[in-house]
Amino acid sequence: MTTAAATAAGSLSPALAGVLQLTALIAALALAYRPLGDYMAAVYSSPRHLRAEKIIYRCIGANADTQMRWPAYLRGVLAFSLAGVLLLYLLQRLQGHLPLSLGFASISPDQAFNTAASFVANTNWQSYSGEQAMGHLVQTAGLAVQNFVSAATGMAVAIALVRGFARSRTGELGNFWADLVRGTLRILVPLAVIGALVLVACGALQNFSAIHGIGQFMGGTQQTNGGAVASQEVIKELGTNGGGYFNANSAHPFENPTPFTNLFEIFLILVIPFSLTRTFGKLVGNVKQGYAVLATMGIIWLGFTALMMWTEFAHGGPALQAAGAAMEGKETRFGVGASAIFSVTTTLTSTGAVDSFHSSFTAFGGGLQLLGMMLGEIAPGGVGSGLYGMLVMAVIAVFIAGLMVGRTPEYLGKKIGTREIKLAACYILITPTLVLGFTAASMVLPDALASMLNTKALGAGPHGFSEVLYAYTSGANNNGSAFAGLNANTPWYNTTIGLAMLLGRFLPMVFVLALAGSLAEQQPVPETAGTLRTEKPLFAGLLVGTILIITGLTYFPALALGPLAEGLS
Amino acid sequence: MTAMNNSVRNTARLLTAGLRALLVLTVVCGVLYPLVVTGVAQAAFPGKANGSEITSHGKSVGSALLGQRYDKGTDKKGNPIPDLRYFQPRPSAGLGSNRTNGVNTQYDLQVSGASNQGATNTDLINAVKERKHWVATTYGVPESQVPADAVTSSGSGLDPDISPAYALLQANRVAKENHLPADRVQRLVQDHIQGRQLGFMGEPRVNVLELNVALRDLAQNRR
Repeated sequence: MTTAAATAAGSLSPALAGVLQLTALIAALALAYRPLGDYMAAVYSSPRHLRAEKIIYRCIGANADTQMRWPAYLRGVLAFSLAGVLLLYLLQRLQGHLPLSLGFASISPDQAFNTAASFVANTNWQSYSGEQAMGHLVQTAGLAVQNFVSAATGMAVAIALVRGFARSRTGELGNFWADLVRGTLRILVPLAVIGALVLVACGALQNFSAIHGIGQFMGGTQQTNGGAVASQEVIKELGTNGGGYFNANSAHPFENPTPFTNLFEIFLILVIPFSLTRTFGKLVGNVKQGYAVLATMGIIWLGFTALMMWTEFAHGGPALQAAGAAMEGKETRFGVGASAIFSVTTTLTSTGAVDSFHSSFTAFGGGLQLLGMMLGEIAPGGVGSGLYGMLVMAVIAVFIAGLMVGRTPEYLGKKIGTREIKLAACYILITPTLVLGFTAASMVLPDALASMLNTKALGAGPHGFSEVLYAYTSGANNNGSAFAGLNANTPWYNTTIGLAMLLGRFLPMVFVLALAGSLAEQQPVPETAGTLRTEKPLFAGLLVGTILIITGLTYFPALALGPLAEGLS
Repeated sequence: MTAMNNSVRNTARLLTAGLRALLVLTVVCGVLYPLVVTGVAQAAFPGKANGSEITSHGKSVGSALLGQRYDKGTDKKGNPIPDLRYFQPRPSAGLGSNRTNGVNTQYDLQVSGASNQGATNTDLINAVKERKHWVATTYGVPESQVPADAVTSSGSGLDPDISPAYALLQANRVAKENHLPADRVQRLVQDHIQGRQLGFMGEPRVNVLELNVALRDLAQNRR
């Protein structure tokens, strides 16, 4: 670019540039929506297996054509995930004795458990520093593998729930092994290969070098890590995992080298969760039902992004006021606007990757990140988990609407009876119980309190409290981002956050699959004049309201003690 | 008894299936996939895949993507002294940093990370004020002209860039230290400003290493 053009481009205000980036992102997502959504619907409903898949099924020893009822489907999910936790735990515990360790030692038991739980639960909370702890083998054959398969597991469960709505008078939800393998082989791997090469072309690292010296301008050398970074980065975003190769995650120039890769990574995070609403519409035989869910997700995501940009450009808080802009913890090449979009995207999905550090955002910005995760990460949410979380919320919204007009509620031709609403209610109670229970416990344990970094914050407590609340919110909702001021590598946090991640991932899946089974057994109810039209804007509005009210009532007291107290002080 | 045996056998078979599925997917996603991507990347973009190293007069001077420090030794307390002949990068908190004053105290390639200090943290407030004072007095500008990136540390702690405003602000002092005409160094900075990608992505920036390489060449040619 010539100097004159650069100066002209530089004259664009940062806020306007932020809005243009947001617009470009939305346009790209809109272009991908139909083809990807339709393709995923075809993948999960095709009767044919690829030759590679047949080989894999033979290795597994499973018949991929058997239809599973919900308990069998769940057993598959749990057996596969248990194997994931065990193998990843062992890989880390044995790292020091295995090849390609880069000389790093084996990981301690509590941290290895935490990390194994974290990656299998699609959370990618990291209490370790990538470039200081994990060698090539653990990164590529352990962590990156879970980035693929935990995402494919989430998609499989979502598809099982969709089949629950689409099918009638049968308890059959499909075959877990087939859904897992197809999601991985036909959706995630091809997209990841393309995405990884795009990232390398822009400067992301992709090699298997040992730790080596690199020359420095002033003379001498500094040690630096090699690694299969781009291949891991792409699936970390695409599978809404979020675990960085390096400690600095997507702020690290080797993971996210340019403003374009930054937007591209945000796109990768969002493209599957949003497009799955199209898949849902196709599979239930009415794409408009998918549009209503998409609209709900889109409204919340856009609203949060607008609020985040506003508060970050306003840069409230004494340190940011003194600096003149909210640039602490942000990279020059991304600036405030693109960092705000990334931050909202990562917390409204179950990703948790960061291109800027959440603990240094404005107090209200931090509150938005927390609230985003507290919504249950359904706007658009993690791959698969976003869709099933949103559909559970839709069940509740339909139920509330039914109560208002005094009619038996129904959704997509299925009655929402006592059993269904009980399962949905259990689903939405799990994460708040985990988050608030563990946060409260940490507030009375001296060892847990000692881990807070920002105890020197003005008005002492609120930021420290936010750090702990954020940690459990992030863990139980399978996000994985951190208010990293908290030193979470202690036995207490490693263990309890590990438990929160596992329970927050797999207990909801139990209720989702049970709900799916219950719906699939029903006989469809014919649509009448009195049926609530769930494909209309009115219903999308009702759904947004239900989500905000339920989350608000659950978490308001905790938010008031943390970010609200800090922001208003 | 048979029922129990059956359930034990079924559970074992299920767990074995889970483990076998994981192992075969590990081969696909954890071995084949990274090897294929690495192979193509090394063939098509070897420079980038290996860290975007740049050389000056045949010697490696670092990665274009990673920030570094430009110091001349350390003071009595062990704090690095910035070498004002060169453009200075942003402050970097890095991990394990307990220094809060001055600029340019970190940039350790193996400890990427941010300060994680919140907007109400007194350490951060004081650090920002001290850095602002240092920049203003060192480069002889009013504090109101010091841009935010000059007084805050980045997310990675390895930010390779500074804002055009911070680079231009340093130009006069850098010119003086190198016995170069001020307008020549100003022009050098202007030539190194990268605008937003496609005109709207990210923020305008100046790569400090590339700028310093060009500056050193300029100063040496003048001598």
